[in-house]
Amino acid sequence: MTPHLQLDANGGLRHLLTTEGLPKSIIEKILETADQFVSVGEREVKKVPLLRGKSVFNLFFENSTRTRTTFEIAAKRLSADVINLNIGASSTSKGESLLDTIDNLAAMDADMFVVRHSQSGAAHLIAQHVKPGIAVVNAGDGRHAHPTQGLLDMYTIRHYKKSFHNLSVAIVGDVLHSRVARSNIHALTTLGCPDVRVVGPKTLIPAEAARMGVSVHHDMARGLEGCDVVIMLRLQNERMAGPLLPSAHEFFKSYGLTAMKLANAKPDAIVMHPGPMNRGVEIDSNIADGRQSVILPQVTFGIAVRMAVMAMVAA
Amino acid sequence: MKIEIKNGRIIDPASQRDEKATLFIDAGKIAAIDKAPAGFKADKIIDAAGKIVCPGLVDLSARLREPGFEYKATLESELQAAVAGGVTSLVCPPDTDPPLDEPALVEMLIRRAAMLHQSRVYPLGALTLGLKSEKLTEMVELTEAGCVGFFQAEHAITDTNVLYRAMQYAATWGYTVWLRPQDAFLAKDGIAHDGEVATRLGLAGIPATAETVAIGTIVTLMQDTGARVHLARLSSAAGVALVREAKAKKLPLTADVCVHHLLLTDRDIGYFDPQYRFSPPLRGPADRDALSRGVIDGVIDAICSDHTPLDEDEKNVPFGEAASGASGLETLLPLTLKWAEAAGVKVPFALQKIGSDPARLLGIAGGRIEVGAPADVIVFDPTAFRAIAADTLMSQGKNTPWLRRELQGRVIHTLVDGKIVFSA
Repeated sequence: MTPHLQLDANGGLRHLLTTEGLPKSIIEKILETADQFVSVGEREVKKVPLLRGKSVFNLFFENSTRTRTTFEIAAKRLSADVINLNIGASSTSKGESLLDTIDNLAAMDADMFVVRHSQSGAAHLIAQHVKPGIAVVNAGDGRHAHPTQGLLDMYTIRHYKKSFHNLSVAIVGDVLHSRVARSNIHALTTLGCPDVRVVGPKTLIPAEAARMGVSVHHDMARGLEGCDVVIMLRLQNERMAGPLLPSAHEFFKSYGLTAMKLANAKPDAIVMHPGPMNRGVEIDSNIADGRQSVILPQVTFGIAVRMAVMAMVAA
Repeated sequence: MKIEIKNGRIIDPASQRDEKATLFIDAGKIAAIDKAPAGFKADKIIDAAGKIVCPGLVDLSARLREPGFEYKATLESELQAAVAGGVTSLVCPPDTDPPLDEPALVEMLIRRAAMLHQSRVYPLGALTLGLKSEKLTEMVELTEAGCVGFFQAEHAITDTNVLYRAMQYAATWGYTVWLRPQDAFLAKDGIAHDGEVATRLGLAGIPATAETVAIGTIVTLMQDTGARVHLARLSSAAGVALVREAKAKKLPLTADVCVHHLLLTDRDIGYFDPQYRFSPPLRGPADRDALSRGVIDGVIDAICSDHTPLDEDEKNVPFGEAASGASGLETLLPLTLKWAEAAGVKVPFALQKIGSDPARLLGIAGGRIEVGAPADVIVFDPTAFRAIAADTLMSQGKNTPWLRRELQGRVIHTLVDGKIVFSA
């Protein structure tokens, strides 16, 4: 099991499972390909025929409306046939194993699986299992990776900041449970970003975070100081009170992004969020809707980036 | 049957014998070493030239899966695997279904195993009824039925009063309480060692603190109750340090380590390979090195296989859903030799840690080659390789990180009670 599972014999993208170990050249190619697809969304007929006749199965073992919808739109703009399956509600509840489900769907001549699963590593398991000719795109596996989100975040940063070489990026909140944080960290370090910081209480920062090439901050003001990019993470409802945090209120007080805290970053810093946002928990409405927010452009770019990934793995 | 094993290098760690000599076996016992007893005429002569002749291995943990989990493995398959791996005595934990919590179950297991005439089986009784951590089992009855100690397997006792009373009661009779040192709350929902790899892969962590907190509690209760305790499966450097301290205070404490933990670390998980999911989890390189030093300096008394045969489907799932453990009876010897080579330890010492030391810990007769001792003996070729593959493993469990590898150290003959029960 190596990251090379993601690459074909010629070094092209075979599956997209994680941004970790993904060559810089591939990440750059995805971003460049996405450039071409951004304009497709602006056309009157928002379609290109690249995946005509191909079947894309959206396999969501974990609920998601937003991510599934953007994948669906991306696939449809590439002219693919899209089949959406919310497996959480069907096979697994009947006791069918993950790989049995995959085999059954593969027998329906699937060309691509877009997979979301609550277990870290599920997409790797599927990618190892499928026969040649079927591509796997990870749409989020447990706490591990959400590579298309990471890549669309890179696209967004590149769009506003042009280069990664002098940037300071702060990732704030529940890093422990966040696949988005991990995908962003690996993509940023691969693209040469010299200063990646994670900010949060000790209970929400993984044990060896620093070993991923980031600096760890528990004080929000210091963590945001002089930053070019602030990426806020979603705090899951079930984490808001319990052994990890006393309350959503106290979390907002310490780590919620407000104008006062954002003032520590550079004046032209951009604010990002993978969505869906908890206003008043991790981010103040004034900031979410403010001039530095690029949260909605992230969503738009997300479709282009997912089109790029799908076009590349299907090529 | 009279057997003569000649030309071999006899290694008996207990007596520090290491020499080329001939072994004479008669009526299930070792009749003589070097010089044939008067009138000895061998029915069978084994030429062990270039091979090592040593006591059969004593494995402190091998799940045989009966009763209750016959779909994973059977007594027949696992005892065959044992002798193929040179294991002539093994301890089986009580985590069967139903658990080994009543004498009739233990008697049946021992009787069934004896009928198969392969490895000797020493069951551990459940420490609490149903392993439910509520009521004590009939320890006296279970001991009379053949149990060599009492264990909770993977089911930690979270109620410290129950643990305290169980230790106190066991101490009344001088029985050994076996405990897996892992705090259930700190390890809850954990999947892998809470280190760099778990951080990177997004796997919920089991911190080393789960082990040290448990050892701290156990040692404190030992001081109060006077119970003798065996810690099953140490995994962390900090855990080894605590055991070292407790032993320095002369507490009746022993400990073992699973051989995989002497060779592997969490880095071997790679990208979610479920064959590397273990309980306790594989930890970092510094932990592995501390475990190795602990074996060398005697803080850890024995190396075991922690044999855990699983159904294929239990590993063919995402890492976090995969069952822990590896099939290990057939790799105990080659992996212990591999560890010895890497750690710069001599072969006799390595054999001591899988032979005479665990035998002494159990208070059983095996684990030595001396005149009059039961002839539980193996002949192995230390240079020959054995391919580890689904079709070469005798165990029904094909789950091992060493699959498709060749390991050095091949068992040629296994004798139990003076009978040849396995030949390669």
